Amino acid sequence: MAVNYIYPDYEIIRNSDRCITCRACERQCANEAHEYLPEANKVVCDDAKCVNCHRCVSLCPTRALKIAESGNTYKQNVNWNGKTINEIYRQAGSGGVLLSSMGNPEDYPVYFDKMLLNASQVTNPSIDPLREPMETRISLGAKPRDIERGETGRIQNNLPPQLTLSMPVMLSAMSYGSISYNAHESLARTAEELGIYYNTGEGGLHEDFYRYGKNTIVQVASGRFGVHPEYLNSGAAIEIKMGQGAKPGIGGHLPGTKIVGDISRTRMIPEGSDAISPAPHHDIYSIEDLRQLVYSLKEATDYQKPVIVKIAAVHNVTAIASGIARSGADIIAIDGFRGGTGAAPTRIRDHVGIPIELALAGVDQRLRDEGIRDDVSIIVGGSIRSSADIVKAVALGADCVYIASAALIALGCHLCRSCHAGKCNWGIATQVPELVKRLNPDIGYKHLVNLMTAWQHEIKEMMGGMGINSIESLKGNRLMLRGVGLGREELEILGIKHAGR
Amino acid sequence: MQREGQVRIPSGCAISGIIDRSGRRMSGEAVIESIAIMHDRSNGLGGGFAAYGIYPEYKDYYAFHIFYDSVLAKKECEEFLERHFDIINLSKIPTRKMKQITDEPLIWRYFVTPLPTRLADSQLDEREFAAQCVFRVNTRIDGAYVFSSGKDMGVFKAVGFPEDVGRFYRLEEYEGWCFTAHGRYPTNTPGWWGGAHPFALLDYSVVHNGEISSYDANRRAIEMYGYKCTLKTDTEVIAYIIDYLHRKKRLTLEEIATVIAAPFWQTIEHMTSEEQKAHEYLRVMFSAQLITGPFSILVGFEGGLMALNDRLKLRSMVVGEKDEKVYIASEEAAIRIIEPNLDTVWAPGGGQPVIVCKNGGEA
Repeated sequence: MAVNYIYPDYEIIRNSDRCITCRACERQCANEAHEYLPEANKVVCDDAKCVNCHRCVSLCPTRALKIAESGNTYKQNVNWNGKTINEIYRQAGSGGVLLSSMGNPEDYPVYFDKMLLNASQVTNPSIDPLREPMETRISLGAKPRDIERGETGRIQNNLPPQLTLSMPVMLSAMSYGSISYNAHESLARTAEELGIYYNTGEGGLHEDFYRYGKNTIVQVASGRFGVHPEYLNSGAAIEIKMGQGAKPGIGGHLPGTKIVGDISRTRMIPEGSDAISPAPHHDIYSIEDLRQLVYSLKEATDYQKPVIVKIAAVHNVTAIASGIARSGADIIAIDGFRGGTGAAPTRIRDHVGIPIELALAGVDQRLRDEGIRDDVSIIVGGSIRSSADIVKAVALGADCVYIASAALIALGCHLCRSCHAGKCNWGIATQVPELVKRLNPDIGYKHLVNLMTAWQHEIKEMMGGMGINSIESLKGNRLMLRGVGLGREELEILGIKHAGR
Repeated sequence: MQREGQVRIPSGCAISGIIDRSGRRMSGEAVIESIAIMHDRSNGLGGGFAAYGIYPEYKDYYAFHIFYDSVLAKKECEEFLERHFDIINLSKIPTRKMKQITDEPLIWRYFVTPLPTRLADSQLDEREFAAQCVFRVNTRIDGAYVFSSGKDMGVFKAVGFPEDVGRFYRLEEYEGWCFTAHGRYPTNTPGWWGGAHPFALLDYSVVHNGEISSYDANRRAIEMYGYKCTLKTDTEVIAYIIDYLHRKKRLTLEEIATVIAAPFWQTIEHMTSEEQKAHEYLRVMFSAQLITGPFSILVGFEGGLMALNDRLKLRSMVVGEKDEKVYIASEEAAIRIIEPNLDTVWAPGGGQPVIVCKNGGEA
């Protein structure tokens, strides 16, 4: 074998006693890992083609298939582990940058898992959400410094435009192109049904989805694909994407092979041309430039839409957020280093940025120290995995969270991290028509609504346990958090005490 | 052991208040009797009173009541006061030696008015100037603590059962048109007298029974507006919220009640569209001043008294009326003991403020 041969990480295990040679696995696998041999009347598999997406496992009618780690190993070495060696072989062979998808899978601390929530005992009552109202409704947007009264003394509504959500969750930006039409439809319908918002990503808005406008955030990214006045005015808010947690500091690239049909029209670029989003916005090299874009967008939409500025959580995030809060933005979205993506250079994804928990804690405190926390709302993402993560993020100071990976998992994603290959067997991260139709939006959106409804119940239970009956009273309520196994400096940054204190 | 302020101490409590709408003054005797009947709601670790209308001869001057840990602290504080205020009168606050009350700090009272030049230099209005000076003393002068700073009113508090605290301060010798009282049941030893209630800033005083679950959200929000929470108690943060909304944002007390004990969204949905808009605005604008968890509070202010329960009414609170007097207490017994023949007696609903103004007073 060649010097750079890489043994497959995963092995498809077929129980031949159970296999009825129905060939469902062969039909389901876009990677062609399964092959039927007519002479022998059996199905064989090529582990090397398997991405471990579990499509065949899930659809095998006799449970004849499972995927296991192949167990092939080089000589054990903590420093030069198998993954590192394989990556060198791959790059030595290709001369290219390694690509990956979804969020950073490496073993960095997950601070959400090192914080625990409080509950009431004796001195104040917990509240049962099944018996008493338990409010999860929030408003996002800037709050003016002072109230104004009319001639009769009645308070005038001087609030800038707000986003109102039934629960503190929004579906994060994923472009039409990076995910399929059916995936987009599922997100849009979920947002509408729940009274929350989804985000177009930077691929423009398909004309079929303008009807979900009041639950849509339209994104303006560095490529400005699909941006025109009607687009800007069609959504409930506009998001300027400065950065993304999975790939801070770099742009994006949707290959020309995916720029077909509707996607080409929606992005307003010719079919087959690569859609390259530059690393910076070339009209924003500085904070004062950002202010100009914020106000350009506000002018274009007659000051009727809140403007969100989304940044990746990087080392200097607190100062950057402070600058954004003074730039006219209504909402800051911060994306942590575990945030997902359809494609990112592996080294960037795995080594750039900081954990969202620390970024959030730092930004919230910094904006309070400067007295400008009311000027902006804060949304955090990357990676919110459960209702407990949401409750902890809100207690640290977030107004709302963005979820994307969790939403895709609800639609069927099995986190095989192969989105960049474009052959998603679950019909999510693909534009191949026969794969796209595997995701039925009627079913997909119901799953996602179920997930959000379940999380909302859990949020209410946790709030009720703490004796809090409005999510607004949880926001920034850091006394409800305690750290476990954290050092003094980490506790100080998070602004929480250690458990036992 | 950590002193209160270095550690947060939750408390259960009893509260009682009396106001005479006609402005006729009464002695402090009745409110002591009222709070005494609820003895078992306190545990001897804190009691106190706020009394309004007690200094008519000095009604134009701020009455600062100050605890000192040492003569040194007193000296430093008095130097500060002299730099910022004209001190019209100063004296020890009269007390009675009692075996139930021990470890008392030095307790002094000053009637002051801001020095016109200092006030002009500060570019602040007079009340903000006075409030900032109170914060300066409480956060920067070690061992000095201003626990009362209003005009024609005063707070009297100590570690002990409230009826003993009342006798200690000879409260029966004061006459005022409104009194509030507090008996404390902290779940930890407070360590010093500053942690007792009422908590007061300028003429706002708060007595509070409950443990609010929104505490840290409220604290971190109010600290952004220049307040310093030195005691880490619910009562302190509630007092600052009321001061912020009433004095700085100029909300009426009724509006304040709908901010801190906001009606539920499901209730707002059933209001007329005009009311809906007003409530929605206040909830969105002042979401960080919403208070959740159990509380019953009595808020004394220049013009009267407000009583308010949390939005779910998780703490008892009863109102009784007899002629010009209105009585409010944690238990009906505390009202009946001083006025057995009430015209009416009722329990206000959660989030429904009871605002009683003395004649000519404004909410």
